[in-house]
Amino acid sequence: MTTLTEKAPAQPAKSAVQQKVAASLARRHRQETLFRFTGLTAVMISLALVALLFINIFSKGLPAFWQASITLDIHFDPAILQISDKPVQQRGESDNAFRERDLAWRSEVGMINFNRIISDALMQVLPDADQHRRQVLRMVTSGERFALRDMVIDDPSIIGQTRRLNLLTDANVDVWLKGNIDRSLPDHQQQLSPIVRQWADELYASGVIQNRFSFALFMNPDSRSSLASAGLAGAFMGSLFMMLIVMLLAVPMGVAAAIYLEEFAPRNKITDLVEVNINNLAAVPSIVFGLLGASVFIGWFNLPMSAPVVGGLVLSLMTLPTVIIATRSTLKAIPPSIRQAALGLGASKMQTIFHHVLPLAIPGILTASILGVAQALGEAAPLLLIGMKSFVASVPATPFEQSTALPVQIFLWQGNELRNFFEARTSAAIIVLLTMMISLNGLAIWLRKKFERRW
Amino acid sequence: MSNLTLMMALLALMAIAYQLGLVRTRQVAGQHPTQRMHSRPHHYGVMVGLWAVLPAFFVFLLWSWGSPWAIQQLLTAQLPDAITQDPQELRVALRRIGNLAANFGVVSEAADWELQAAAFLRDTRQLSNGLMLALMAAVASAGMLYSYRTITPLHRARNQIEKVVKTALVLCSTVAILTTIGIVLSMVGESLRFFSFVSPMDFFFGTTWNPRFSTSGVGEGSLTGDQGSFGMLPLLAGTFMIACIAMLVAIPLGLLAAIYLAEYASPKLRATAKPIIEVLAGIPTIVYGFFALVTVGPFLSEMGETLGLDIRATSALTAGVVMGIMIIPFISSLSDDIITQVPKSLRDGSLGLGATKSETIRKVVLPAALPGIVGAILLAASRAIGETMIVVLAAGNSPSLTANPFEAVSTMTVTIVNQLTGDNDFSSPQSLVAFALGLTLFVITLLLNVVALVIVRKYREQYE
Repeated sequence: MTTLTEKAPAQPAKSAVQQKVAASLARRHRQETLFRFTGLTAVMISLALVALLFINIFSKGLPAFWQASITLDIHFDPAILQISDKPVQQRGESDNAFRERDLAWRSEVGMINFNRIISDALMQVLPDADQHRRQVLRMVTSGERFALRDMVIDDPSIIGQTRRLNLLTDANVDVWLKGNIDRSLPDHQQQLSPIVRQWADELYASGVIQNRFSFALFMNPDSRSSLASAGLAGAFMGSLFMMLIVMLLAVPMGVAAAIYLEEFAPRNKITDLVEVNINNLAAVPSIVFGLLGASVFIGWFNLPMSAPVVGGLVLSLMTLPTVIIATRSTLKAIPPSIRQAALGLGASKMQTIFHHVLPLAIPGILTASILGVAQALGEAAPLLLIGMKSFVASVPATPFEQSTALPVQIFLWQGNELRNFFEARTSAAIIVLLTMMISLNGLAIWLRKKFERRW
Repeated sequence: MSNLTLMMALLALMAIAYQLGLVRTRQVAGQHPTQRMHSRPHHYGVMVGLWAVLPAFFVFLLWSWGSPWAIQQLLTAQLPDAITQDPQELRVALRRIGNLAANFGVVSEAADWELQAAAFLRDTRQLSNGLMLALMAAVASAGMLYSYRTITPLHRARNQIEKVVKTALVLCSTVAILTTIGIVLSMVGESLRFFSFVSPMDFFFGTTWNPRFSTSGVGEGSLTGDQGSFGMLPLLAGTFMIACIAMLVAIPLGLLAAIYLAEYASPKLRATAKPIIEVLAGIPTIVYGFFALVTVGPFLSEMGETLGLDIRATSALTAGVVMGIMIIPFISSLSDDIITQVPKSLRDGSLGLGATKSETIRKVVLPAALPGIVGAILLAASRAIGETMIVVLAAGNSPSLTANPFEAVSTMTVTIVNQLTGDNDFSSPQSLVAFALGLTLFVITLLLNVVALVIVRKYREQYE
């Protein structure tokens, strides 16, 4: 009994704690729910931001892949196209002499007023064209006359014939038809005169002007005079050259460095220093590599400005740490038993690594290099500093020629004065860039999934 | 012969030498039927190939590096004294002669002595090329002959090759060091040239940024008048303001998302949400810049209008918010790694004492993970400070000292781009200031990185 009475006073003390707990429990559970909810909100906001970014870019850019183009019956009028015959290399004629004759003929063709051919064709489809002769050519983008010239140069027998061709309309016509400009703006704020706008609407309604897939965007280099036919070909080649250089330089060097540091390097102060250095280099702002390129590659080594070769070197140095770090972690993941087995059977250290460890690491190394190349592909800042910001209207044939790159082209286009047209075209260029990066990353993920081995 | 053909020739030589070595090894092996060769036949082949090509290649490297300098010395000795005296005139003369020798045109009539010098230059270059080829051929054949004769059963060909490979590996791993040295040397060199125009005090503590466009430089320490002023503080302030805004966006979102994904989310949600958020890290920064310029900026500006605030479309706020979005994955994935590394025993202990899950996270897991999270935040901050394209497009480029985030500002990275891509002479302070800014940027990010890496490393060791 005494034990009972002794226990009894303990009861209220315990329940005081319990009461305290019970009293706070509701509040604590509320806090729990709130905390959980906040976390979920953060995840959702982050996901929504990804979605917003992509939807925004795609909704702006996708329409730009289709461009207003006008179908015309172009008559290659012999009265306008008065040119001599295309030169053919004579027997016994030296290459140089022929080339000179050919050049002379080409410049003769270049002197022809192809605009008249286009305006003649336009006159046939445009109502009241006689009263607005000067406005007629505003319908078609100015670069198309060079397309016609090239057709004549390729095949002079076309003269006298009539061909049905799709010509790109002027950028402003495209903007007007897509509604990218406020149609209710007064005349003096419009880019096009009233008659051209009227023509555009009429021809669009009658199907002479249609939105067609824009091959110009992919096939042409950049242009400043004929905005509607400005394309990504030059930038694409520039980026391709740089990716090649990164693959040829950064990947083998990075893999070699990783092998040395992971497998051979003695554990001492110097190795530590190299390691810290590589980790820091991976976090150095990319623009600093641009400064390095500007002062070392261009200033000291006298390499050409704006050339993909310099860009490739700079990007290689930039991606090198990424490749090294990723390759090292791949090598680290390969169990020591593989090495011990090879060494135990009498292989040298070098044979162990190159015959047994490296083959197992190849999927990881591939993934690392693809990610490195993708990183290099998207980088713009260092390229601005080595002169790739300059306008280049040709497709580079070698890495030593002037060129630009996809991200830099995006930078150049977003700054174009004709905002209405280039906002969409820039978004289209971004879609191209993102597609390339996503396919590279997808390839990396696929490789990892396919060859991944858990030890 | 161009360098490319030369390299092709060397490769062809290597193939031939390899075959020779292979054949010789089989002969030697046949002559010693009782003895085993130390290495496999292809090892001997590669050894002969390397002996043939590597020394010749070094000759090529040394010659291409040294000969232009030597030729220039010889050429300068030929020139009239009147020209060699003045370094400026000498440089002009050398360039003209170089152009003449390469059959490019030069401005104005070429003088007799110039034509002579050009002819001399052409001849000497030809001679030098011939000498180099001869030397390379001699070295290659000597190397090949030597190694060919060393093929015996006892000769350790494989070990030699492995030494060469190992040297190559070591060389590759020094490239990273060389890059750092290159960065530091080039930037320090150019910065010192800049500081010969502008005093470091004026640069680091000046409050006016107005470099002008003149290529004539600045006067003696004058920060006013018609000379440019190079005060870095407005740029530094802009940089840190944008970075702070970015961190204000990214830390709550990134950290909370990491906590939720690590502690609460079902494996399925985690497996989908984590890679999607990490997509943000892979998007090129120019894309974020464009997004900020055409979407976020106008949106914020409109929102400000309805709230009665004057927000510029391109402002510190626009750039900061978008940069924050870019940084979310850096913080979330690093923090996620760190949170999952906290030992389970800590959680079990806390839960066993009756704490709710959120209490466990806030009072036990997060304090344990704090050093690592701080490291992650510092790494993200250094990324924000060095970010270029977003701020070039969206920050408005107005280098004024302001505390108002709704105003346009400028940052160090933007200024580097502007100063180096303008029409300034490369040796003018207007261009050189880019390197001084770059050096400052490099030092700031380096400090942040070192501190962050030390913290993260300490933290890792704690739980390993």
